[in-house]
Amino acid sequence: MYIDTDFLIIGGGTAGCWAALNFRKYSDARVLIAEKADIKRSGCLAAGVNALNAYIAPGKKPQDYVDYARADAEGIARGDLLLTMAEGLNRAAGKLEELGLTILKDEHGQYVTRGWRNVKINGENIKPILAKAVLARKNITVLNRVNVFEYIVKDNRILGAYAIAVDEPVMYVISAKAVLCATGGASGLYKPNHPGFSRHKLWYPPFNTGAGYAMGIRARAEMTTLEMRFIALRCKDTIAPTGTLAQGVGAKQINSAGEVYEDKYGITTSQRLHGTVMENLSGRGPCYLKTKGITKEQEMDLVKAYLNMAPSQSLRWLESGQLPSVKNVEIEGTEPYITGGHAAAGYWVDTNRKTTVRGLFAAGDVAGGCPQKYVTGALAEGEIAARAAAKYMGEKTPQLNTNEAEAVKQFLEGSGGVNVSFTVDDLEEEMQAVMDKYAGGIGTSYRFSEASLKIADEKIQELEKQSNLISATDMQELVYLLELKERLTLCRSLIVHLSVGKETEYYINSRLENGRISVILRPLVREGEVYEH
Amino acid sequence: MSIEIRHDLCTACGRCSLICPGSLIKFKEKKAVIPHPERCWGCASCIKECPSEAIALFLGRDIGGLGGRMTVRREGSLLHWTVTMPDSSSQTVTINSRDANKY
Ligand SMILES: Cc1cc2nc3c(=O)[nH]c(=O)nc-3n(C[C@H](O)[C@H](O)[C@H](O)COP(=O)(O)OP(=O)(O)OC[C@H]3O[C@@H](n4cnc5c(N)ncnc54)[C@H](O)[C@@H]3O)c2cc1C
Ligand code: SF4
Ligand code: SF4
Repeated sequence: MYIDTDFLIIGGGTAGCWAALNFRKYSDARVLIAEKADIKRSGCLAAGVNALNAYIAPGKKPQDYVDYARADAEGIARGDLLLTMAEGLNRAAGKLEELGLTILKDEHGQYVTRGWRNVKINGENIKPILAKAVLARKNITVLNRVNVFEYIVKDNRILGAYAIAVDEPVMYVISAKAVLCATGGASGLYKPNHPGFSRHKLWYPPFNTGAGYAMGIRARAEMTTLEMRFIALRCKDTIAPTGTLAQGVGAKQINSAGEVYEDKYGITTSQRLHGTVMENLSGRGPCYLKTKGITKEQEMDLVKAYLNMAPSQSLRWLESGQLPSVKNVEIEGTEPYITGGHAAAGYWVDTNRKTTVRGLFAAGDVAGGCPQKYVTGALAEGEIAARAAAKYMGEKTPQLNTNEAEAVKQFLEGSGGVNVSFTVDDLEEEMQAVMDKYAGGIGTSYRFSEASLKIADEKIQELEKQSNLISATDMQELVYLLELKERLTLCRSLIVHLSVGKETEYYINSRLENGRISVILRPLVREGEVYEH
Repeated sequence: MSIEIRHDLCTACGRCSLICPGSLIKFKEKKAVIPHPERCWGCASCIKECPSEAIALFLGRDIGGLGGRMTVRREGSLLHWTVTMPDSSSQTVTINSRDANKY
C-alpha cells in the first residue's frame, strides 16, 4: 500500500507524539505517525512513570542542568544539545499539566520538587493523556500496529520508509518530505536477569528493539557514544526502579552484613551500581535498600507509587506479605541497555536534531549526545525536531522509485526460504548469550576485553548470516525476525564502539562504510555553539 | 511475569488486544488469548483496559511468584487494585489518579 505524507514520524511514543503536536505550530503540512503498537499505551510510558526526572527548580538555570548531566557522563555529552533540551524542560512539564497530568503542588501553587531536578506526579496515565491530545488533532493521522523496518534513502536523502502491518499481510511504502525517527532505545541485546519464563521482565520495554538505530546504521547515518551503555540498579526479580526507595524514603544501600556501602563508592547513578557490583564480587552480597523501619504510612505510599509505574513490585509486596517496613528490598544490576535518554547513545545530530541523512531527524532515546533526557527531555527534543522539520518542508523531494519497493516486497516474501532447524527465538537467545559472555553482560559483571570483543564480533556476524536463512510463517513471526536482525545490526556497531576504549577528549562516532563499521572521533561541542554537519 | 485471561469473563471486546504495547494478545474462538505468555513485559496496560476484569497479572515462579493474581477496576478517576491469593483471600488498594505520588 502506498501512502504519501509530508512529515512522517516513526514511533508514536513520548518524543513522537510531542513532535506531532508541536509540528502544527509551525506548519500546516500533513503529519503521519507510524506506530508498531497503539499510541495509547506504547513504549516507555506504557506502565506509567514515577516522576518528571528532568525539571529545573526555581533558583536553578538550564546551565546547571547542562553541568550536572555532563559531569555525570564524565564529560562525554554535547553542550549544545543539553542546553537546548534543558531550556525546554519546564515548558514541557507545564504543557503536560495543561493536558491533564497530575503534578504535586504546594500551598502556593508551586510544583513540589524532589531535589532540584524532579517533580512529583501521578504518572500512571501519562501516555493516554498524550495520545488523547494527538487524536484530538485533525491533521495528524495515526497508523497503529504498523512496524517500520527500513528507510527509503537516495543520495543520502530520506524519501520515506517501508513498513509492515503487524496483523495482516500488508506492506506499506510511505513517502514523506521529512522523517523523524522516535523509536526509543534498545533492549534485549544482552541476556536478561531472568532468561526463563520471565525473560521479558526487563526495565526497558522489550518491544523497543532498536529499530531506529538499525535503520540508521544501514542507511549509513553517523551514530555516537554507543559504548555508553545504561545499566540500571533495580529491585531484584521485578526490575522495578530503586530511586523511589533511595530518594523517596531515604533508604540506604547495605550489604549482607548490614553495612552501608553507598558512602564508600558514591551515590551517582553509576556509582550506586558500581558499588553493588563490587560488594557482590567481594563476597559481601546480596545487597539491599534498607527500608526496614519505615512507617506504615510511608509503606502504603510506596505501594501506591509502584502501582503507578511498576505494578509488579507492589504485587510482590502484597502477595508475600513482606512489605518494605519489615523486609529490606534486594537490589541487582540489570543487563545493559542502549538508550540516549539515560546515557548518550544514538544518532549523531546537529543542534536542531537533524541526523547526517538529509531530511531525517531524531529525538528522544534514539538520539545521541544528550543524556538524562527522561520524559520531559524527550518532549523537548520532539519540539526542537518538529520545528526544524517544518522549516525543512520547503525543499523539493525527488520521486520514489516503485521498482525498489517491489524488490523489498519480494525480499520479505522470500525471507529465508530454506528449511532450517532453528527459530528466531533460538538465535535471539544465542545472541544474548554471546553479548553476555563476550561483550560485558551481567555474567561477567559487565567486563570485557579486546580478545572477548573480537569473539563477540565473529559470533554476531555468524548469527547475522543464520538469521537470513529463517523464513517467517506469519506477520507476527516476520516482525520478530526483523527485530532480531535489528538487534544484531546494533550489536555489531556496539561491539566496535566498545573496542575503541575510553575517550575523554572526543566523541566516539561510527558509520557503515563498504560493509564495515568505521570509527570517527569528533571533538567535543560546547553549549553556545551551533553544531552543523 | 505474565497475564492470565479468564474466558468465563471475557466478552471479546478486543480492547486488550489493541492496547498491548507488544501486540501479544490475539483472538481464538472469539476469546482473548496470549499465545506467548513469556513475552509479556508486565506493564499492566491490558488489565487496566479490560472492562470485565477478565485479565490478571501474576509473577512467574522464576521470579519468586506465589500465585497471587492482580486485577484492577476503574471507577471514574479511581483505580481499585486487587491481589487475590490461591486461598481466595484478597486485598485491595485504591488510588485516585488526581493524587500525585508522595515519593
Ligand atoms: C520503565 C521506565 C520507567 C521510566 N520512568 C521514568 C520516570 O519516572 N521519569 C522520567 O522522567 N523518565 C522515566 N523514564 C524515561 C522516559 O520514559 C524515556 O526516556 C522516554 O519516555 C523516551 O521517549 P521516546 O519517545 O524516546 O521513547 P518511547 O516513548 O518508548 O517511544 C518509542 C515508540 O516507538 C515505537 N516503535 C519502536 N520501534 C518501532 C518500529 N519499528 N516501528 C514503529 N514504531 C516503533 C514504540 O512502540 C514506542 O511507542 C522511564 C523509562 C522506562 C523504560
Ligand atoms: S501486561 Fe502489558 S505486555 Fe503483558 S500482555 Fe498485558 S499489555 Fe501486554
Ligand atoms: S479486554 Fe477483557 S473482555 Fe475485552 S477482549 Fe480483552 S479480556 Fe476479553
